[in-house]
Amino acid sequence: MTTMRLKRLARRAGLITAGMLLAQTALSSGALADERADLMAKHRGGTITLAAVSAAGTVDPMINYTAQFWQIYQLTYDGLVKFKQAGGTDGFEIVPSIAEEIPQATNDGKTYVFKIRKGIKFSNGKDVTPADVVASFQRIFKVKGPTTGSFYNGLVGADACIADAATCTLDGGVVADEAAGTVTINLTAPDAEIFSKLAVPHASILPADAPLADAGTTPIPGTGAYYIDSYNPNEQMVIKRNPHFKEWSVDAQPDGYADEIVYKFGLTEEATINAIINGQIDWMFDAPPSDRLAEIGSKYASQIKIDPLAAFWYAPMNTNLPPFDNVKVRQAVNYALDRDALVGLFGGEALAQPTCQILPPDFPGHVDDCSYTAEPGPEWVGPDMEKAKALIEESGTKGQKVTVIAEDNAVSRGIGTYLQSLLSELGYDASMKAISPNIQFTYIQNTNNKVQMSISQWYMDYPAASNFLNVLLSCASFVPGSDSSINISGYCNKDLDAKMKEAMTLALTDPDAANALWADVDKGFMEQAPLAPLFTPKSVNFTSARLDNYVFNKQNRWLISQSWVK
Amino acid sequence: MTDATASAEPLADLPATAPTGSKNRRASSNPWARAWRILKRDRPTLLAAAMLAIIVLSSLCAPLYASYVSGTDPFRSSLSARIMVDGKRVKVMQASTEGLGLGVSPIGPTWGPQYLLGADTQGRDVAARLLYGGRNSLLIAATSTAICLCLAAIVGISAGFFGGWVDKVLSRILDILWAFPVYLLAISLSIVFISQGIVIGPIEIRADSLLLPIFIIGIIYVPYVARPVRGRVLALKESEFVLAARGLGIPAWRILLHDILPNVSTMLIVFVPLMMGLNIIIESSLSFLSIGVQAPDASWGTIIQDGQTLLYSRPAVALAPGIAIVLTVLSLNVLGDSLRDALDPRTKLV
Repeated sequence: MTTMRLKRLARRAGLITAGMLLAQTALSSGALADERADLMAKHRGGTITLAAVSAAGTVDPMINYTAQFWQIYQLTYDGLVKFKQAGGTDGFEIVPSIAEEIPQATNDGKTYVFKIRKGIKFSNGKDVTPADVVASFQRIFKVKGPTTGSFYNGLVGADACIADAATCTLDGGVVADEAAGTVTINLTAPDAEIFSKLAVPHASILPADAPLADAGTTPIPGTGAYYIDSYNPNEQMVIKRNPHFKEWSVDAQPDGYADEIVYKFGLTEEATINAIINGQIDWMFDAPPSDRLAEIGSKYASQIKIDPLAAFWYAPMNTNLPPFDNVKVRQAVNYALDRDALVGLFGGEALAQPTCQILPPDFPGHVDDCSYTAEPGPEWVGPDMEKAKALIEESGTKGQKVTVIAEDNAVSRGIGTYLQSLLSELGYDASMKAISPNIQFTYIQNTNNKVQMSISQWYMDYPAASNFLNVLLSCASFVPGSDSSINISGYCNKDLDAKMKEAMTLALTDPDAANALWADVDKGFMEQAPLAPLFTPKSVNFTSARLDNYVFNKQNRWLISQSWVK
Repeated sequence: MTDATASAEPLADLPATAPTGSKNRRASSNPWARAWRILKRDRPTLLAAAMLAIIVLSSLCAPLYASYVSGTDPFRSSLSARIMVDGKRVKVMQASTEGLGLGVSPIGPTWGPQYLLGADTQGRDVAARLLYGGRNSLLIAATSTAICLCLAAIVGISAGFFGGWVDKVLSRILDILWAFPVYLLAISLSIVFISQGIVIGPIEIRADSLLLPIFIIGIIYVPYVARPVRGRVLALKESEFVLAARGLGIPAWRILLHDILPNVSTMLIVFVPLMMGLNIIIESSLSFLSIGVQAPDASWGTIIQDGQTLLYSRPAVALAPGIAIVLTVLSLNVLGDSLRDALDPRTKLV
């Protein structure tokens, strides 16, 4: 009896608590909305001026594959779904955008029916219709976007589109129902990452009459709060408010504060730093030059924002060429690396942290672990040169010639010089070659160039362990003789490949178990050491004194539209 | 025909106003002795020669400096090294401690034996690297100058002396090379060869070998020297002593060796310091662009490149090799001008 009474009391208390929480949530969201409206009234207007050393190529959101312009696409384009426009790791959450809601999978996880929101207009004034959505997916293949074969090859009909882009219809893959206002997407197999792939700018919804070729410097109308008014890669990009925009989801496409955003190209980092100090520019895309860091970090500390990135710098070692075809040599390099020194080359511990894993911290599947350190444990503590030298002796490869290929910029060249020095210390006849950043990435991928060791970086496309491990080290990612062989080490391990496939399937039903499996895969790869992780970089943003409400989204970095200058 | 006759002959081309006294005749009987007499009286020349000698000797002493004075390996990264400064042990790479603690800067000039001019971004002693860099810059400049002058002499003399189709072919090749702006040609060749090196049959020049910039720089200036050499040979070919030698039935190779070459050699020698100066600048430019001397080797150009990212906080890293280049090229130019005045009497008398 007493027990019953207690249970009843507990239930009542629970109901009251739940009611209070609901009321609080309703009140707080209402309060937030009111607060946002107040802020918008107070700070709306003005022009934000951005700067970068150079533009990032085509303005076409289905082709451009750079962090620089993906940041711009957040406020100018939308997909069916989108990464939440919120600070921190909340930015990893996927929210409905052009679609009314995120649909449940049917047909054994192979079919998704998206209900298209009504009332959304492109910046040219036309309504968004299911036909635009179908045409957009066809366009991904017709313009031969860079992720056509990796992100969207699972759509029904994608194979035919990849084989013959001009006649692509995605028949049965993306189907519109104008009457019901829906678009049905059919996959050839369940895909745990399909929403992430639909949330990136390559799956932006564009007008059905968008050109079926790279738009180049002519902006395509979008659905965002802003539209790209003009783009001259040698001068600037001008972004203005979309006159037809009406906020439909604060999570997916919030209205922005500034009336106009001007993105200037061609200024050097030094000139940009000076311009920010003088209040002429509000933010720079490029990292501040290393010899200005101490100055801006002390004199303008309040204008510096440091945020962690889901990325890593690493040194791929060609597992098919001597001496790195010997696992002991690869392990030796990992043991010998003074990762603290490398962090110093990047700007110090405030800007990077040493790592000996592939998956970055706070990332799905990441478990702190470091075998290649003086005291193996959860984190790197220091190099173990004795062990490294012993492994090199055992390998019998001492004296061989090794060339490190770096990018011809300050940080990469610095790391390359350090690696060359380290390899010399380990007994090799080492040299370093720095080649233009424009060609280095493709050069090191092509096996014909016989690159033994190089320096590269990987920044995630979306928050999934597969985006690091499967992309960088799967057997399918190794394409001998191709400039697009992102498995730069040329490492193919059938067992780990099978484990990755298992993890991707498991992610459909049990994401936690899948992440545990990814952690095993990460460890498995590091035992074989086809690459040497160097450090996890952080994003350094130096903003003008007048810029406020800086929000950093871990998926898409600084949310430009959410800052104000007025 | 003797060497003395041959070497005295250019004076026959002098205008009638040339001095004719017995002292002057003795002085001009040996152009080398005459040049030496002029040069040793010229103070700017002596100063330039002394400066050049100091730079060359210092560069040659680089290993001694690195071993016995600075005690560091200028080719190895020393990112975690510590040194004694004013009785305190300090890090060579110093993390900022102010504000947010951003940035890591190399130690500045200590004005002591270790890190006299400070460290570069790899924690290496700039002074030691400056001397090693000087060795490579001077070596490349000297050897590429030698290659350039040898090739230019062969091409210019052959074209001018043999004439006909030999002249036409060689002159057109020179025209083609001349058509390329010299820096564009040097950069293009360097970019092409820097990735794989050069392999011609059994001969292989590695991409990181000093021979690569030597070879490239040695070639690009050939037309600039070969053209005036050809012109001089054309004039010499019509001179009385050559016509006389031909009339006496002396073989062409002897005329070339004993009459033409000695008269062209003074001209080539005048080119030596001028070409060396130009070659130092072009080598530095290529190395600055990462397509000249490759790591771990150093040259003045690569050190300037290292210092480019430190211009704001550690300007000495880029300034020191820059000053070295200026002083060396200035010395070479002064020497070149003086040599020309001393060895080419027409320049003096015009």
